[in-house]
Formats: sequence, structure tokens, C-alpha cells
Amino acid sequence: MKALVAMSGGVDSSVAAALMKEEGWEVMGVTMKLWQGPGGEAPTAGCCTVSDAEDARRVAAQLDIPYYVWDYTEEFMSGVVEGFVEDYATGRTPNPCIECNRTVKFTNLLAHAEALGYEVVVTGHYARVTSDSDGYHLWRGVDPRKDQSYVLSMLGQQQLARLRFPVGELTKEETRKVASRLGIRTADKPDSQDICFVGQGDYRQFLGSRGVTPIQGPILHRDGRMLGVHHGITNFTIGQRRGLGVAVGEPLYVFDLDEDSATVMVGDLSDLAVDQVTLTRLSWINRPVTGEVLAQYRAHGQAVPSEISVQDDQPVICFVEPQQALAKGQTVSLYRDNQVVGGGIIESTHYNGTPSSRPI
Amino acid sequence: MLYLDHAASSPLRPETWAAMEPFRIDLHGNPSGSHNVSRHAKNALEDARDLIASLINADPKEVVFTAGGSEAANLAIKGRAWSGGSTRGDIITSPTEHEAVLQSAEFCASLGSRIILVKVDPDGLADPAEIASHVTSETAVVSIMMANNETGVKAPIKEITAAVKSVHPTTVVHTDAVQGYVSEAVDVESMGVDLLSLAAHKFGGPKGVGLLYVRSGTPLAPLIHGGGQELGRRSGTHDVMSIVGMAAAMQALESERTLFRQRISAERNRFESDLADRLPDLVITGAGAGRMAHTSHVRIPGVRNEMLLVSLDRADLSASAASACQSGAASVSHVLEAMGMTPSAARECLRFSFGWSNLAGDGATAAGIVAREAEALR
Repeated sequence: MKALVAMSGGVDSSVAAALMKEEGWEVMGVTMKLWQGPGGEAPTAGCCTVSDAEDARRVAAQLDIPYYVWDYTEEFMSGVVEGFVEDYATGRTPNPCIECNRTVKFTNLLAHAEALGYEVVVTGHYARVTSDSDGYHLWRGVDPRKDQSYVLSMLGQQQLARLRFPVGELTKEETRKVASRLGIRTADKPDSQDICFVGQGDYRQFLGSRGVTPIQGPILHRDGRMLGVHHGITNFTIGQRRGLGVAVGEPLYVFDLDEDSATVMVGDLSDLAVDQVTLTRLSWINRPVTGEVLAQYRAHGQAVPSEISVQDDQPVICFVEPQQALAKGQTVSLYRDNQVVGGGIIESTHYNGTPSSRPI
Repeated sequence: MLYLDHAASSPLRPETWAAMEPFRIDLHGNPSGSHNVSRHAKNALEDARDLIASLINADPKEVVFTAGGSEAANLAIKGRAWSGGSTRGDIITSPTEHEAVLQSAEFCASLGSRIILVKVDPDGLADPAEIASHVTSETAVVSIMMANNETGVKAPIKEITAAVKSVHPTTVVHTDAVQGYVSEAVDVESMGVDLLSLAAHKFGGPKGVGLLYVRSGTPLAPLIHGGGQELGRRSGTHDVMSIVGMAAAMQALESERTLFRQRISAERNRFESDLADRLPDLVITGAGAGRMAHTSHVRIPGVRNEMLLVSLDRADLSASAASACQSGAASVSHVLEAMGMTPSAARECLRFSFGWSNLAGDGATAAGIVAREAEALR
């Protein structure tokens, strides 16, 4: 049986490769080259730098497995970067890592692995897959601090049948211990943090470099007061308090960004409250679920008690307790206990039956 | 094991190692010294230089040893562009050149030179008359490669130098002969070039050694300053062992030049005809142009080159996508892009390059493996 391990050069995917090899799989390592600068230069931060590929190559040599770097820059550009730019330009808050999983990793890479006769694709995600007569199930990783199931909630049965996440059974400490035991050179390497294509710079600079020209517009208080002028809605995120460029003696928070009128809406803390969101691109891990669920809307956020229903043909999540500062474009992953049941992307947010986006 | 990536690097010829071996421990002297140990090294160095000069029809003083082909190309471009002190002349070249030339030119441009990239036809060739039309008294160097390292297409260097010199007899012409020399002999007089780069490991010599032919009287600033070796054109203690190896490899190649061409082109041609039989939609790059004897650059529609390389690697056949980025990913080749190929077509291209260590029958065997693996991926 053959397994293709997506190796980033970090400790998690290195250990994933080592564990598969120990289990007796015929393992091949692949680093996906996702991004390059305008001059063809490799990124300097995130998970796909030249030095990371070099780490992965050395680990593969240590494990005595064949290793390749595959170029997915075109797929990444069309599947992730263009949407990222478009989302920000339209006042949304995208998660490019989730889009990368949806498109490049679990569509393109999976297809290429299959073409080469590799039965499974393995990544270093902290999540678990099980199967029974009902099919495949996705669970949180055993380490609650490292759990990455949130970024996998878009997966379906056909994908899960061919995916393995071996480090999902381990805590991060255990992963590092395995790496030390096997003498893997990346055992102590710090986790990557930055968005790989934005790098250490600001995402706003990146948007500028992608041709998003900021449009000036009003900063409006929810009570109708015009508080000032801003230099582009991409400079703001929902929930933002500092750096608004207006001073009125009371704390103000951004609660809505309207692309059409280039308006930044601000109000007090209570205006950030959201008790209901509608979802788009909702998909289920196994079968559709209605009623009580736990909804998680940030990668390392809490999953909060909610209810999912369908209203006017649109999936709606009602939070038992109001939440704060949810933005269009964020992914909501749905759980029952520690099991992922599905996920979708926020299309609109509401409080007390009123949309957060509303004309003054 | 079937090795068809000689254009990346060719294994050491036995003649090369036989010549190098005594220098491994015993003949360790620095050729610049004044004692017997040094004199041995110096004699070996100068014997190698004499031999190499005679093989390319140059004067020994015109041979500058470098640490490889990239250094030679860097010395040709930068050394020529900077030889005028503060003046920074124009660099005329083509977009299908090797990165060692293009990046050197870009760097010179960042310091004030002007780069003129002459457009190329679908075979990747620039027209000699058009090249010459850009030549002025401001031209520092014209650089056109003898044969392309990816596609194998040969440029008409004689015509190019003649056209350039007819505009301006003193305009300096460089040719990157790193790949071309594997297939064709080099005669710097008949080619008419002023600068010519070679890399030993492409023809069975060691890695990390090469040379720049510098026509007598050609202004050239050194890139590496120091002890003044190579008549001040390239400082640094000589790697005598590698230089001796390069000379031996060149001699071995020249002693069987005609036979080598026949033998290698027979394998290459058989490879291509067998492959075309099995894969009727196969596209051979530069099929209508003059190509080197040892390379075959092909496009297999519908098969991503990265995938096929994995299959071939598993089948123990070494080939290449010809343009690899720093991380090792097959990037879309700037050469194919300049030739007008779309990125998706460029992703379906692979280079197979034969060399001295291939045996009769390798071409047919390789075609069988490539066809089988490509069909499996379609």
C-alpha cells in the first residue's frame, strides 16, 4: 500500500511520514510549492519557503523515502489567492488555509496521488478519521490545544476515504518526542504562523500589491453620525477598535463593512453582537444534521452551543448565547461533541432578527 | 538504472578519473609556489591549459579557468560590462539564455547597463540580422548560447558573430557553449567569438570546474580579486586536480567525437521515433531546427511532467523537466515561455539527454518505459 505524505518541512508532517513508514506503508514525500513572488522568488515566511523544502528533503532522505517538490503555484493562485483578494475587497474575512485545503491539497494533490497509484494522502493535521458501517467520520485531534479539525470541515466522504492524519492521535509534545526518538532534524522547529503568501508583511500591503486600490469612504456611526473619512475598507476588520482615525470620547468598534458604498460602520460593543448567521457552501462530513450543534468560527476559538436549521432554503445557525464580532467570509465548523459534522462560510450576520449590514 | 539526464550532469569518464587520481593525495602543490612540489602542480596545470587550448583552437593564454560554467558566464557578462571602469555598456542577449547569463545581465542592469533582449522565434532562435541591428558603439557584449540547454536547439553562432562584427568589428561576442560543446566541437577562430564558456561536468569531467575562453585583447574586469592568478583575470589557488580532469575529459571526448555523435544521435533518434510510434500526439521541441545530438525535449499532451517524473523515477529512469527552481519544483521554463509555449503546455514537457555512458539499446528501452508510464497517467 502506497501513501503520499504532504511534507511542509515542519515537525508534524515529518512525524506523519515517519509513522506511516513505521506502519509499513510505501511512502513518498511531496512538498507543494504554492507561492512565489513576482520575480519567482520563494516566500520567506509561512510554510513553504525554500529552507522548509530543504528541511523536508533532508527528513525524507533520513526516512529513506523518495521526495519531490511539486509546483502548484497556478492552482494556488486561482484557487486561493484570487478569492482571498476578492473577499477582502468586498468586506469579507477569508481563511486562505481552508481554501487551500479545499482546492489545492484535497482536490489537486489527492487527484495526482491517485493518478500515480497512491492509495492515501497523509498530512500533519491534528485531527482523526475513523470509519464504520456509516462511512467515514472526522474528529478533533486528541490535543485540544493543537486541534486543527476546524480547517478540515469542508471534507467529504470520498476525500476522507483516502486521507490519513497520523499525528491527530498525538499531543504536540508526543509528536516532538516521536521526532526526537527517530532523530528527525525538525523535532524542535517552531510552528509556522504567518499566511504563507502574505509573509511577514501586512495583508493590506499584499492586497495593494495585488491591485486592490483602496477607495475612500465614510466612517458612519450606527446612529447616523458621520464621524470621518477612511482610506479603504480593506484597512478594517469586524470587531476592530483601535486605529479607526476618529476620536469621539467613547470606545467604538467596527461592526460592518459595506463594499458598495465603501462605508465603515462603527458602534458600541453591543453592535458587535451576533445571534444568528446564514451560511453558504455548507457541506457535510457524512450526513446532514439539524438541531443542536456546536459552532466554531475561529481556528482556535471555542465551539459554542447553537442550533442549525434551514430558513428560506438557506442554512441558518442560531447561537444560544450571542457572540461577538463575526464576519462574512469566516468559516463555521459544526461539531457534535468532538466530532466534526460539517462546515460552511458566513454569508450574513444578524442580531435580534436584524442584519448587521443594514442601510442607515 | 537508465540515466538520461546528462545535460544536468554527466558521470565522470574513466579517463578523467585516471588523470585526476594522482592529484588526490600525492600531487598536492600550489602551482604558484617556488619549490619542486609546486612546479609539479604548475606543470600539470599548464599542460592541461595547452591541451585544452589546442582542442578549441585557442592560445593557452586565452584560457581562464573558473569554478564552473556559471562563473564563466558571470565573468563574461559582468567582467566585460565593467571593464570600462565607470561606463556600463549595453548587453544584447536573448530570453532563452541560461539564467547564469540572464541574471548576470539583470544585475548589470541594476548598476546601470541596458539590456536588450532580442525576440526569438518558436524554436527559440534570435535572427542574426536582428541581433546585429541592436549593435552600437555602446554595446559591451552580445551573448547568444551555442545550443539551448533545455531544447537542444543550436544557434548559428558563426552567422551571428559575422553579422555583429560587420556592424562593429570590435564588439565583443560571448557564447555559452556549456551544452553545445557536448554535441559539437568548438573552434573559437571559425566561430569568431571573443568569449566562450565551458563546464567540465557536462562532458564527463568533474563538477565545479570550467573555463572562459578570452580572445587576446578583449577588455575584461575580474570578478574575483586576490593573488592575481590567471593573468589577473581570476584570482584564487587553482583546483589543479579538477582542471587536469577537465582536460582529460575534453581529450576523451575529442578522440571519439565523430563516433560519439553517431552513437548518441542513433540512441536519441531511436528514442524519439519509438516514442512517437507509441504516443502519436508526441511533440518534439525544435524538431525542424538544428539540434544537438544528445538531447530530446518532448511534450506529451495530457501528462503533467511532475507526475511522469515520479513514475519514471520509480522505474529507475532519470530524466528532467529541465527547469527546476531553487526549491526543486519544476517551474514553468522561461525558455519555453519565450518560445511562445503556454504554461500548461510547458508543464507537459520533459528533457531526455543522452551521454557517453549510455549503451546501445538505451534509446529503445527508454522509449518503452516512458510510453508505458505516460499511458498509465493519461
